[in-house]
Amino acid sequence: MSSHAASHPQDAHSDNPHADYIGDKVGFWFFLYTELVLFGGLFLGYFFYHMKYKEAFHEAGSHLNVFMGAGNTVVLLTSSLTMVMSLTALQKRKKGLSLLYLGMTILFALAFMVVKYFEWGAKFSYGLYPGSEILQSSHSDGVIIFYGLYFVMTGTHGVHVVLGLLALSWMFVWVWQGKIHADDYAYLENVGLYWHLVDLIWIYLFPLLYLVA
Amino acid sequence: MGAGAKAFYHDDAVVFAGMFQAVKKAGKNSSVFRAIAWVLSWILSTDHKRVGILYFVAMFSFFSVAVSLGIMMRLELFQSGQQFFEPKTYNAMFTLHGVIMTFLFIVPGIPAIFGNFLLPLQLGAADVSMPRLNLASWYMYIIGAIMAVVSLFSNGGAPDGGWTFYAPYSIQTQTNVSLALVAAFTLGLSSIFTGMNFLTTIHRLKAPGMGWFDMPLFVWSLYATAWIQVLATPVVGITLLLTVMERTLQIGIFNPSLGGDPVLYQHMFWIYSHPVVYVMILPAMGVISDVLPVFARRHIFGYKAIAYSTMAIAGSGYFVWAHHMFTSGISDVARLVFSFITFLVAIPTAIKIFNWLATLYRGSIQIDPPMLWALTFLFTFSIGGLTGLALGAVVTDIHLHDTYYVVGHFHYVMFGGGGVGMFAALHHWFPKITGRMYNFFHAKVSWFFFFVGFNMLYFPMLILGVMGMPRRYHDYLPQYDFLNSVATIGSWIMVFGILYMFANLLKGLLSGEKAGSNPWNAKTMEWETQSPPVLHNFEKQPKMVHGPYDYEGEWVK
Ligand SMILES: [Cu+2]
Repeated sequence: MSSHAASHPQDAHSDNPHADYIGDKVGFWFFLYTELVLFGGLFLGYFFYHMKYKEAFHEAGSHLNVFMGAGNTVVLLTSSLTMVMSLTALQKRKKGLSLLYLGMTILFALAFMVVKYFEWGAKFSYGLYPGSEILQSSHSDGVIIFYGLYFVMTGTHGVHVVLGLLALSWMFVWVWQGKIHADDYAYLENVGLYWHLVDLIWIYLFPLLYLVA
Repeated sequence: MGAGAKAFYHDDAVVFAGMFQAVKKAGKNSSVFRAIAWVLSWILSTDHKRVGILYFVAMFSFFSVAVSLGIMMRLELFQSGQQFFEPKTYNAMFTLHGVIMTFLFIVPGIPAIFGNFLLPLQLGAADVSMPRLNLASWYMYIIGAIMAVVSLFSNGGAPDGGWTFYAPYSIQTQTNVSLALVAAFTLGLSSIFTGMNFLTTIHRLKAPGMGWFDMPLFVWSLYATAWIQVLATPVVGITLLLTVMERTLQIGIFNPSLGGDPVLYQHMFWIYSHPVVYVMILPAMGVISDVLPVFARRHIFGYKAIAYSTMAIAGSGYFVWAHHMFTSGISDVARLVFSFITFLVAIPTAIKIFNWLATLYRGSIQIDPPMLWALTFLFTFSIGGLTGLALGAVVTDIHLHDTYYVVGHFHYVMFGGGGVGMFAALHHWFPKITGRMYNFFHAKVSWFFFFVGFNMLYFPMLILGVMGMPRRYHDYLPQYDFLNSVATIGSWIMVFGILYMFANLLKGLLSGEKAGSNPWNAKTMEWETQSPPVLHNFEKQPKMVHGPYDYEGEWVK
């Protein structure tokens, strides 16, 4: 019945009679728009308060660890690269290589979360977290808001990294089992797109939070 | 259900097929297992028609709860002074009425029920693009709905403060607002996934020969709606989550004592929630565009104008949000600009109204029940739209803001538009969905009670608002007694009409005559297959051979 949609050569190789490669990608792009708008709401809040508390944002931003932030940026960018290489390898029917790159992507994602853990841990040890006594009693309104935004934005992004990790691991299993292969890779491609989005959002978060000082 | 509906009970297209088959096997000698298998054949089915009916059952269950709350509120307001309920109880009641009616009923509304059922049929497709995701959306809806219900009875008690959850009250109140917010977030997710699914379906699964401008206008309305669902819902999603985090972690963003700005909440809330009123109303407009030509036997007037204006309404809806905030302390310049843009939105709406009227002109009009409801839409929705102009103008809004006028306007638009559109759809597609026909006479009598009661209920609210009666109070001054009593009596008549209508439809479902595949002699594609349609809808792939509104012989393109 899917015959009437202008079909893609991939569809013929799929086990699913309703396979629609282009439809899968189109649908996933709509999902990515949703994600962009979700973070758009947060960025809106950021710009609103940045206008209001310019000074305080500079001051508070200077307490963030630029070294760790930059390191994480490199980690994520590299993981995007290995993601692409994994897909390309699969398309060239090199399953082992594809799994290797996919595994590397997963490791980079884990590394990102480990760095995040130490960063957040340091902030907590200084009492710089939402609702903390120290933050609310000895810092200005602008600093409180900055740290509120910092934790909400990096936290929301972190949740996306964790979800990405789960999706990547799932893809790893499916490539391993041969459910995703050189003729039917829409899932892997879509997870890759998602992973690039997570990367892209971080590329905006990094300067806004770490380099604002 | 008789044999005619048997085609409907295809037990294919279920998820967890192995488990389902096992239960079904056990059902051979056990009536309990037979019943379980029957339930599973519904709640595990990815068939878009079943998903649509699942939504119907769930949504109208919640609808009846919210109607009961509304009736109770009207009882309290029958006369000045306290009648039955404490002020606190009343606050919880209007919050619940609002939350259920908006988030559980009118937002998912027509797309979730009729969109699911009809979109693939009208496109000539076997199902939506992502049938599993479609079923998952229903489960997300149910989970969200359950959370909303649980929030009433768990720690802190029923949420108060209204369905808009304005900060800073929503971050201070001790009632169970957090859970209600998470519930609304989950419902939003469900709505986003439905939108994604519909967009992909419309892009990918049009029948051979069907171009964009050969689609029925109902499909156009779903298309515009789906874009709003995908691009606006996440903003309110993150806003609601921020409010939850504000309550639990004190991040400060909406909390003035920590340097935050509660007006930002209003901005972020309405950036979504104004576009979403079009999620509530556009599909109803699509229904009207499909029903009027059938019963006027005329080609729809200005097909392209209606299609474009549908997209224009969806697009311009993003730029008017601050008209909800004229009294919130935003600048005069902002008020003027937003007031002006708000008036611009009236243009595409008016285009539609005039096109519908022109469709009727010189038609051979047959007042069957669907037509009766569609014409009612034109009447009640026009009142709703025109009363909105007074709220869009800054000067009059200052006087009318937070009065009963707003409540009257809102119900004329939402109930008189979205709700009446849904009743029109229900009467129009009932024979397609059930394979049977209801009684016309009783349908018309029930309509009469609804129509009289509806206007008795909501029109006095407009007058009361102009007189200065504030909304959301559980009591009022004695000079408002008379009109309030009229409204309360109207609510009884209207609810009687609704019950009557459903009784008639239920009787039609159980013992109505066989409807046949095309009782209205309509031209859109869903009428080309049997009623109810088989699994995967069409015996063989239908092709586009005439336009969707081709009532006057030639294919008008
Ligand atoms: Cu609005």
